[in-house]
Amino acid sequence: MGAYHDDLHDAADPHGRALRLGIGGPVGSGKTALVAALCRSLGPSLRLGVVTNDIYTTEDADFLRRAGVIDPERVIAVQTGCCPHTAIRDDIAANLDAVETLEDRFGPLDLVIVESGGDNLTATFSRGLADRQIFVLDVSGGDKVPRKGGPGVTSADLLVVNKTDLAPMVGADLTVMSRDAAAVRDGKPVLFTSIREDKGARAVADWVTDMVGAWQREHGEPHEHAGGHAGHGAAGRAARRAPVSRPA
Amino acid sequence: MNGEAALLLLADSRLPAGGHAHSGGVEEAVRRGTVTGTGDLARFLRGRLATTGLVTAALAAAACELAACDAFSDTSPDTVSDTAARAAREASEAAAGRARGDADTHPRRPSGGGDTSGTPATRPERHHTEGDTRVRGLSGGGDGLELWRRLDDEADARTVSPAQREAARTQGRLLLRTARRMWPSAALDTLARAVPEGAHHPVALGAAAAAAGCAPRQAALAAAYASVTGPATAAVRLLGLDPVAVHRLLSDLTPALEEAARSACAALGDAAPAHGGPDGEPHAEPDDGPDAWRARWAALPGHGAPALDLLAEGHLINPMKLFVS
Amino acid sequence: MTAVTARALIRTEAAAGGRTRLETLRSDPPLTLRQTGPHRVHIVSTAAGPLRGDHLDLAVDVAPGTSLEVRSVAATLVLPGLPDTPSVMVVRARVGAGASLCFSPEPTVLAAGCAHRLVVRLSLAEDATVFWREEIVFGRHGERPGRGHARFDATVAGRPLLRHDLVIGEEEVTGSPAVYGDARCVGSTLLAGPAWARAAPPCAGRERRAVLGDGWAALPLTGPGVQVCALGADAVQLRERLLRGEDAATACAPPGPPAATPAA
Repeated sequence: MGAYHDDLHDAADPHGRALRLGIGGPVGSGKTALVAALCRSLGPSLRLGVVTNDIYTTEDADFLRRAGVIDPERVIAVQTGCCPHTAIRDDIAANLDAVETLEDRFGPLDLVIVESGGDNLTATFSRGLADRQIFVLDVSGGDKVPRKGGPGVTSADLLVVNKTDLAPMVGADLTVMSRDAAAVRDGKPVLFTSIREDKGARAVADWVTDMVGAWQREHGEPHEHAGGHAGHGAAGRAARRAPVSRPA
Repeated sequence: MNGEAALLLLADSRLPAGGHAHSGGVEEAVRRGTVTGTGDLARFLRGRLATTGLVTAALAAAACELAACDAFSDTSPDTVSDTAARAAREASEAAAGRARGDADTHPRRPSGGGDTSGTPATRPERHHTEGDTRVRGLSGGGDGLELWRRLDDEADARTVSPAQREAARTQGRLLLRTARRMWPSAALDTLARAVPEGAHHPVALGAAAAAAGCAPRQAALAAAYASVTGPATAAVRLLGLDPVAVHRLLSDLTPALEEAARSACAALGDAAPAHGGPDGEPHAEPDDGPDAWRARWAALPGHGAPALDLLAEGHLINPMKLFVS
Repeated sequence: MTAVTARALIRTEAAAGGRTRLETLRSDPPLTLRQTGPHRVHIVSTAAGPLRGDHLDLAVDVAPGTSLEVRSVAATLVLPGLPDTPSVMVVRARVGAGASLCFSPEPTVLAAGCAHRLVVRLSLAEDATVFWREEIVFGRHGERPGRGHARFDATVAGRPLLRHDLVIGEEEVTGSPAVYGDARCVGSTLLAGPAWARAAPPCAGRERRAVLGDGWAALPLTGPGVQVCALGADAVQLRERLLRGEDAATACAPPGPPAATPAA
């Protein structure tokens, strides 16, 4: 698996490495479908790696490998010992190891996606693991979910409301969801998708492309062994602690 | 006792080093129906501690001792933190004191009386110059690399199941990643260079303990503790057991934990292999460089648990699992 | 009751035409040795025991390029004897370059009340081959096991290959689902030699896979060898499982079965 780097004292140093994108959300909201869609849309233009955190199987990883949207070797599954939120928030060691393993094996990469195991509304990614995060909801959970908030809904860099094609059937009012989400998200973006109809999740893919572009402008093009070899001078540290940039 | 607070951090299940995702064979035992409740869990934990727990405790103590000497002998003081340097110097004194003791008397010491079981801070009367406190033979980085590899080989030789070796290396790699950021030290860097694919967990744990300022005895205790608390927590999650009932089991085990740490250090104090023979192993010549280290490690316990080996291999090939091991 | 100390030695030498000759065969009762083939020796127990307090010491020296097979005619029944003193059996074996040793005695039975220490120190030259089987039965039929501690150390050219202790009859391990479960016997076979050397240096995530059966596993070691481990309800089942594991271990050695494999 992973290899050691000369210096891990500042492992989150962003200089010259891939953007790490966390994708979280409740079970069944369409996280894996979104990851597959992003691989489909971004695969031709970006160098990708994917880490999955299945709860009980390697089903998500297997799905991605079978879907043919990404080289199967570029998908690593991490087991989380019944606690998917622990693995993305409190103890991120195994996920970081998987991310750096991908960077070592296939680097330089532009984007590493870490998909969390399905969890509840309070699960968010540690900033030590994900530079940006997307929270995925679906309309079938009811249109009250955005109003109820929770760290995933309120703090994610992008909120994706998926399965809009089901809205009429479950009586979900997208206008209400949009308004409530805007109210708790302090201006951060919300996108509505139906990945079943839009196989490439185009709008989300565009947002991710913008994020990757902004990341590379700020931290430089990813280069060989960027994962942990990156310098950790004052400039690098300052950049890491700079406020997370918001989408335009 | 110095290093106590660091020991708590190191042994805490909240230490972000990936330990929470390992069940130590419990997940497979639950699947096969050999652990179903607190009664058989108690026997599982006691047996695990007496075998794997003892072995990992001994390896951790050995690694802690080596890290302390390694950090001190090939690093200039200004490149390590004050804590690490102090710990290295103190533990090195303890090790050097023991080595001399062995040379003066005889290699077998009464159980419980080894210097390794004490804390470095119990020898404040010793005032050495840098040269005095070195264990000879560990004067260059090359020796350090070679010795770390050898200690890791000793861990390999005591871990017959490839699935368990892989789990131990994964945990060791994650722990070292975390420890190098928490307690930067030259010894941890050397270990990472020596075993780039990931050192065995108890080796990484012992090295981390030294970097954090702990004594070998404390490293051994942390390893013994980890050998039962991870499986216990996994059983709570997998079987829905009453967490207080399970913690009661752990509290019943505390004397055995202390005993495991004590015998691990006593084993380390036994410089000579129990039965020297016509083989290619180095003979114990304390204070005589790398061979002395190797000879002491040869005699460390290797208590096997065939059921755990079978469980680990069964777990590996089970496609439906929650835990890494 | 008087404790016994006995020493025995087997040493081979290369004879003309690449054959093996038994250069030395020396033994003390109750540890009696008999040559039963051109390069085969049987251990013949000439008294009951060992008992507590006895100390038996067997040295085996297989000269470079020679081969030796050591077996026993019957199971060893370890009995109680002097209080507070264990019986001790030490086997030291050295296998030279290109030599092969097959050591497969019948099981050791730990009768109730015994305290036994078995120590094996096996030193292999770089390209030596070995087959070493060890079977331990936890007491005679229907009785509680005595106490036993078996330590096995194998090195290849001075590097550790396998260091393994088995403790039997102590409270911590008895009935533990982590150690022996409800088994009444434990056995292991080490198959080692150049045939099991890995092609490339190990890297994490690339461990060779074990072969797992019902109650047995063939476990590739990091060094050039495979350890077969098995648990059994009785000695017959244990042997059956070990034989399966040994077959699996032999199959993982690409160039074909090693010279040291015994006839089952």
